[in-house]
Amino acid sequence: MANIILWRLGATLLILLVVSLLVFWACEILPGDVAQVALGQYATPENVRALRLEMGLDRPAIQRYLEWLVGALQGDWGRSLVTKTPVSSLLSERLANTALLAGVTTLIAVPLAVLLGVVTTMWNGRAFDRAATVSFLALSATPEFLLATLLVLLFAVNLGWLPAVAYLSTGSDFGQTARALLLPTASLVIVVTAQIARMTRAILGSILSQPYIEMAVLKGIPRQRIVGYHALRNAVGPLANVVALNVAYLVSGVVVVETIFAYPGLARLMIDSVQSRDLPVVQACAMIFCATYVVLILLADVLARLFDPHSLAERPTDAL
Amino acid sequence: MGTSVLTVDHLGIATKAGHKVLDDVSLQVRRGEVLALIGASGSGKTTLALAALGHMRPGLEHVGGSVNLNGVDVLKAPHPVLNRLRGRIGAYIAQSAAAAFNPRIRLGDQVVESALLHHSQKSAEARARAREVFRYLSLPSPDRIGSRFPYQVSGGQLQRFMIAMGMQEEPLLMVCDEPTSALDVTTQVEVMRLLKRAIRDNNTAALFVSHDLAVVAQIATRIAVMRAGRIVEVGETDQVVNAPREEYTRELIAACTHLSLASLANRPSRLLTAPATALSVQSIVAGYGNVRGGKPQITTLHGVDLEVGKGEIVAVIGESGSGKTTLARVIAGLHAPASGTVALEGEPLAGLDRERTDGQRRRVQLAVQMADTALNPKHRIRRILGRVLRFFHGLRGDAAEARMVDLLAMVSLPANYLERYPTQLSGGEKQRVNLARALAADPDVLICDEITSALDTIVAGQIIDLVKRLRDELGLAIIFISHDLATVASIADRVTVLRHGRVVEAGECTRVLSAPADPYTRLLVASVPELRRGWLEDAAATRKALEVELEMVRPTVAGWNEQAEMMP
Amino acid sequence: MTTASIQIRPSSTLVFSAALLVFVGVVALVSLVALPQDPFDFITDEPFMPPAAGIWLGSDYLGRDVLSRLMDGTRITLFMAMTATLLAHLIGDTLGLTAAIRGGILDAALSRIVDVLLSLPKIIVGLVVVAALGSSIWVIIGIAAVVYSAGVFRIARALGTDLKNMDYIMLARSRGEGTLWILFGEILPHVIRPLATDFALRASFAILFMSSLSFIGLGVQPPLADWGGMARENLGGLSTNPLAAIAPAIAIALVSIALNLLVDALDDDARH
Repeated sequence: MANIILWRLGATLLILLVVSLLVFWACEILPGDVAQVALGQYATPENVRALRLEMGLDRPAIQRYLEWLVGALQGDWGRSLVTKTPVSSLLSERLANTALLAGVTTLIAVPLAVLLGVVTTMWNGRAFDRAATVSFLALSATPEFLLATLLVLLFAVNLGWLPAVAYLSTGSDFGQTARALLLPTASLVIVVTAQIARMTRAILGSILSQPYIEMAVLKGIPRQRIVGYHALRNAVGPLANVVALNVAYLVSGVVVVETIFAYPGLARLMIDSVQSRDLPVVQACAMIFCATYVVLILLADVLARLFDPHSLAERPTDAL
Repeated sequence: MGTSVLTVDHLGIATKAGHKVLDDVSLQVRRGEVLALIGASGSGKTTLALAALGHMRPGLEHVGGSVNLNGVDVLKAPHPVLNRLRGRIGAYIAQSAAAAFNPRIRLGDQVVESALLHHSQKSAEARARAREVFRYLSLPSPDRIGSRFPYQVSGGQLQRFMIAMGMQEEPLLMVCDEPTSALDVTTQVEVMRLLKRAIRDNNTAALFVSHDLAVVAQIATRIAVMRAGRIVEVGETDQVVNAPREEYTRELIAACTHLSLASLANRPSRLLTAPATALSVQSIVAGYGNVRGGKPQITTLHGVDLEVGKGEIVAVIGESGSGKTTLARVIAGLHAPASGTVALEGEPLAGLDRERTDGQRRRVQLAVQMADTALNPKHRIRRILGRVLRFFHGLRGDAAEARMVDLLAMVSLPANYLERYPTQLSGGEKQRVNLARALAADPDVLICDEITSALDTIVAGQIIDLVKRLRDELGLAIIFISHDLATVASIADRVTVLRHGRVVEAGECTRVLSAPADPYTRLLVASVPELRRGWLEDAAATRKALEVELEMVRPTVAGWNEQAEMMP
Repeated sequence: MTTASIQIRPSSTLVFSAALLVFVGVVALVSLVALPQDPFDFITDEPFMPPAAGIWLGSDYLGRDVLSRLMDGTRITLFMAMTATLLAHLIGDTLGLTAAIRGGILDAALSRIVDVLLSLPKIIVGLVVVAALGSSIWVIIGIAAVVYSAGVFRIARALGTDLKNMDYIMLARSRGEGTLWILFGEILPHVIRPLATDFALRASFAILFMSSLSFIGLGVQPPLADWGGMARENLGGLSTNPLAAIAPAIAIALVSIALNLLVDALDDDARH
């Protein structure tokens, strides 16, 4: 067991290394070079050459990659091409804001979704079942920006209760922060909850068709207990997986929601940097997002394995 | 006549599509009585067993009649009423304990769960009762074994836990659905003995579902024979076994005796003048994982020899984990051995099929157990057979057509079956097509891997006859792999007995099965169910006597050796 | 009934989702031939004019006809989603099934590459590639195709591996049949349906993914606009003509929901 986890950890580190190579390489294949991009199209060749020397672009790519990687590991992501300030200083506040948004969403959505999934499975009735299935499906297939736009239209434009733009500043108190967070969080919570609830139902549904569930029925166990104990116990592993994957999926939701509410988070920073071609910032943001995602997937995998009793005693089978 | 515990009255259950699964079924189980339900697969016996506890599987509906369990009309009762009844008045013993226990909950907790929910026992009381029952059922370390998870005990032990769970609340009725058919024969004897004792000691009534008449005859007070959703005959056990009234019951009994050790006695002796060797297998070592020092990590065959002559059937007998399927795969070239040779008429074959020549591949054919997965469900029979003819013999058009019709005739199927898809055939018919495909290659050696074990007794008997005919008409060398001694007794010329990947005994069939030299063979022979009364007790006694010799007294902590050997 | 069973009448769900998808397809075709207005022409000086007779969805931020742009966007959106999904399946199915049958180093290598691809957040991959290559319809299609081919590979490989262990495939191999015959003769008839189902699901992901890119301003560039782009450019007019932003967003949601319902209904159908 410990071996498997160590092995998975090693694989994750390897993946991160490959990702760093890809991210670095992607910014190298840029048409024209970084110095040219930084100075704009009216720069004189002399200026470009000078900047290239200053940025060390005349040295081999491998060397620059290694320097970049070592720097990144120490928290030094280089300097922004646009603001000329260290990238790390741009990141810290933005990172905290995004973590706040994603964290609050996760804390609300995950328990809510699992609860909804379990409860809607306990009450079984054909019409109810169908309504739950269709509404979870519809909400999980809806783009975040439709939900967010509708929420803005209703609460900000028509009712005027909440701000349409989420300003967060260091000085704002809890009330202001909460008001700013409300609509962005709500948009994300709805989609993520629907997705996790839908998958929870699917997982429980497939467990409920197992022979040991029929046995529990024949032992006189009430349905609530069958779903909430017999089935749920077996659902923990797959559920851990689903939850982690959905939290990881939040990345794309965050990108959209930060755009719509002009929320000062990491995703917004990344999009702005992509538009201004501020490559050191793009690299840093990409690495942070990818690392978070990869670590969450690793976590899901380890959890799923921990909760699978068979992983403790893998039996050889006659089939190949 | 005691009072009735279970009364089924003109019960009808149908699929939602309208197909009748149970048609006007009536029966009674009285206190302390064991009523056996016997029938082929699809006869509706499991549906009836489940209905006894008021349960219907999804897709079925109640179309008439009633089921009365201890005064409650269970098909009309609301869930809370049923939940108080189940486990306490009527308990269920499922066929496959491996599937029927929740893999994530400790066995002890599952055993006492109903009692605690019913408030029929206090926690400490329930645990004490469970330990007492574990001891009664000879489970090892009864005080601690309850804290294990299902995957930590062997298949036979799991089935005993299932019985313990049924006994926990001392129900009036136990509904046993094929409680031993997923077990190896030698394990079946022990579980049957315990079950029989439990039912007798507690004066519990039982509804005992089985496809195996011989097993049922050991335990039942009365037997009900089911066919296509109807009960065709009910009577006292002795009457049904010795003086059946219905034609179908007679057929069942005939098939049962046909496939039994008794068939050895009245078998016409075949004069074999040492046939020319078709295939010989020498010192095969095979298994899984990396090979180190000539041995794979997990060795399933430790130097096995086998020889089969032209026009001869050699049976390979073994329980699960004996390595018999690995042997079939090695011979067929699907599994490369670590060492040893397979030779076809003296000419050594490469370990893997892709290194063998087309001719060699053609001459050794394999027919497998599950006809369902052996035939591509998307292809018509014409394509399944035609492809082999074209591949090996380059036959097409009329020549291929004529040959296909011949092949079908050889396995007693009409020519119009060429247009059918496998899903349109019954289990027995699929197995015939499976054999026809092997024959299409014109093989010299045919390996039959458990080809009858998924079939009902009567159909299995017909397939056995077909295999015998093929040997005689085509002079095939046949390796017949089976776990079932009764089947083997009626077909094999010689047998080889495998245990834990080693040959423990080999020789002429009649000799080995009537006077086995090896203790394991003796145990196997004694474990074959027989219709006569008292067989179960004899078999249990033999098992007890041989236990020490065969090192069957197992360590208390289940290692995986034991699991590999005992898992069904 | 004591075990859970999700009973969806295939008829109603199937009919609804199929009808909606057909309708959207027809709109895309019609937009090739005729539109109520020129989607790039300023029909009024008033930005975000509310709906009126003849201008059923009002005007957008530049005073162009929202309905015409929505229809034009239908074609662009569908074209991008279909092309990307088709490419993803061409790559994923071919490689996935081949990896399953051949096994060995090829399988191991492809599987590791796919592991890496699947462990990256798709939208971030999109952002990095757009940062490197700039944004155009073909770049977006390319990103989606590669990113989604990894998931398709997994499915195709799993289907192939399941089938490979079937006795009839094992027997065909032991007969000496070649990879191509096994692929087309034995395996293909079994995988067409599940792969078609996956196609519909994958298309719904692709639509959401690409319109998200457009919505954050890194997808289709003005004056062309797919649905995601329209939702973005008209976000400022929520108080006067909310339909300009919301109608395209609703269109995306409807198509994505219809595809998911279709898949659900087909799965349900296959189970019975």
